[in-house]
Amino acid sequence: MEKWSRFNIASVVLGFGFLYLPIVLLVIFSFNESKLVTVWAGFSTKWYTQLWHNQGLLDAAWVTIRVALLSATCATVLGTLAALALVRYTRFRGRVLFSGMVYAPLVMPEVITGLSLLLLFVAIGFDRGFWTITLAHITFTMCFVAVVVQSRLLSFDQSIEEAALDLGATPVTTFFAITLPVIAPAVFSGWILAFTLSLDDLVISSFTTGPGATTLPMKIYSQVRLGVTPEINAICTILIGIVALGVIVASIVTKRREVQREKDERAAFAAIG
Amino acid sequence: MKSLGSIRRSFAPWADPASKPFISVKNVTKKFGDFTAVDDLSLNIYTREFFALLGASGCGKSTLLRMLAGFEQPTSGEIILDGQSLAGIPPYRRPVNMMFQSYALFPHMTVENNVAFGLKQDGMPKADIAERVAQMLKLVKLEKFAKRKPHHLSGGQRQRVALARSLAKRPKVLLLDEPLGALDKKLREETQFELMDLQQELGLTFVVVTHDQEEAMTMADRIAVMSHGKVVQVATPAEIYEAPNSRFVADFIGDVNIFDGKVISAEDGYIRVETTGGIPVRMASPDKPGNGATAAVAIRPEKIRIGRQPPAHAPVNAAEGEIWDIGYLGDMTVFHIRLKDGKVIKASSLNAVRAVEDPLGYDQQVWISFGEDAGVVLKD
Ligand SMILES: Nc1ncnc2c1ncn2[C@@H]1O[C@H](COP(=O)(O)OP(=O)(O)O)[C@@H](O)[C@H]1O
Ligand SMILES: [Mg+2]
Repeated sequence: MEKWSRFNIASVVLGFGFLYLPIVLLVIFSFNESKLVTVWAGFSTKWYTQLWHNQGLLDAAWVTIRVALLSATCATVLGTLAALALVRYTRFRGRVLFSGMVYAPLVMPEVITGLSLLLLFVAIGFDRGFWTITLAHITFTMCFVAVVVQSRLLSFDQSIEEAALDLGATPVTTFFAITLPVIAPAVFSGWILAFTLSLDDLVISSFTTGPGATTLPMKIYSQVRLGVTPEINAICTILIGIVALGVIVASIVTKRREVQREKDERAAFAAIG
Repeated sequence: MKSLGSIRRSFAPWADPASKPFISVKNVTKKFGDFTAVDDLSLNIYTREFFALLGASGCGKSTLLRMLAGFEQPTSGEIILDGQSLAGIPPYRRPVNMMFQSYALFPHMTVENNVAFGLKQDGMPKADIAERVAQMLKLVKLEKFAKRKPHHLSGGQRQRVALARSLAKRPKVLLLDEPLGALDKKLREETQFELMDLQQELGLTFVVVTHDQEEAMTMADRIAVMSHGKVVQVATPAEIYEAPNSRFVADFIGDVNIFDGKVISAEDGYIRVETTGGIPVRMASPDKPGNGATAAVAIRPEKIRIGRQPPAHAPVNAAEGEIWDIGYLGDMTVFHIRLKDGKVIKASSLNAVRAVEDPLGYDQQVWISFGEDAGVVLKD
């Protein structure tokens, strides 16, 4: 094993401390008995129980989850289709432009995405609320799905689709019976990614929201301006839990897929060599 | 039971003007952008024929096969199958099946479901599917592996699954793209004979693509030698080997010595050629090229004799040289003999006895000679 120098240890500790200390503090204080956020007064779960009686927070959570479920699902469908088009039809007109456009939101400042969507909704007279937030989330999460699915498609052996066609399956059957099951892990990872991105988005939601559609991050943000309460810590802890779970599940799925692919490759090599 | 050989010997529909081809490729051209992968190609393939497309990598074999399967559309020309044009018919409506070079097994399905896939598409009743799948797996000796996924199989087993899957629907024609390419040599040789038996047993038409000439020679009734998108020669393996129609085919199939020269005379079935090395050659040939025309005489190594004394017919069809190199292969020995003009000739002799008294050695002066029907005169 490599020897760890003091410098290395120090930088790792500092780096991780910087990243995770605030989160750890937040989680710890969500179990604080006292109402004062900075003074520890013993363990308690009362803030979690109080959450259930805070109708405003619950409503916001419900809106957030609906937006996340719906937008992640639509973004997954659209992102997968975009990835298929980009990988499969390498020679269509304007492909470079199209791929650039699909990926632009990855690097676009959220403020700009949010503002331009707002302008669009105003221009076409779309009543702002649940649907505009959902549409906006579909727009910005779709490209993440496209990236994840595209990387899987690049290593996809297209001859299995041809084999299905050859055996009498129509293109539609081939897609659902062969292509989709094979790329399903990547599609699923993409969905999880879109879901978590939507869940904790604040900027784009704020721009595109309307009356009666407040998401959890927006609610938290507005409450924090009046002072941090342990209740907020509690809901944030739950959010962290959900996001962490999503990331872990997605990475396990990805890891499994890689292990599987390595196995396949080894088998293929054994067959040739 | 009749042996395979006896069936084979009497099978020659291409020689019978009354028989109709099952597959007719008519002036087919396929372009990818500016690049012509298949160039004005015409072929006839007959029912129950084992037909091989042989050529170097990149000469357009797979492209032709893919046009038969329907994955590529000809840029011009047409393909007729059983009297019907295939133009515009998608792959899933063609009565042909293909075995892919990469096998293309469905990774998420068991062996049994892979084989059943095509039958399900036809809406065959469940019980019939099960029966057919069992029958196919028995045919390729994979009954025990029905429930496995492809990545738990060896290369040879995958090859069999691919074969079973492509045969399950009983296609009129089976297209095979380098079916044995991924197998090791020993397994490949065994499988060649299995494929031949299978084809006879099921009475199917096979079109197989390969770049391995031995494989094509072993398996096929007829071989089409391809080069740069064109068919150079279509004939039986023996004809291809013994009577190549061009320098390309002579060179591509097996080893050959080619003597370039000029025609001196051509009469009553024989052509006299003076080679550039000064050897007067007399060779049987039906052609009658004009005197002075360039010609090349191609002679296979095993048809060249080596002796210490000049033959009786010297100097015609004979030349003096020294042994330059000896390759001992076990069943035979290959000699490289350097002639007076510096040309190196390959000659092989069968090692019919275990130990030869006084064997030929390096640097020894020898005479090479060949008979008047040992070679062919090539025009180009
Ligand atoms: N879809 C394609 N697009 C462009 N070029 C192609 C395509 N398919 C094949 N080719 C080219 O056509 C030529 C013949 O290919 P192929 O038929 O696969 O050769 P092979 O005889 O090795 O099977 C190759 O040079 C290949 O690069
Ligand atoms: Mg090929």
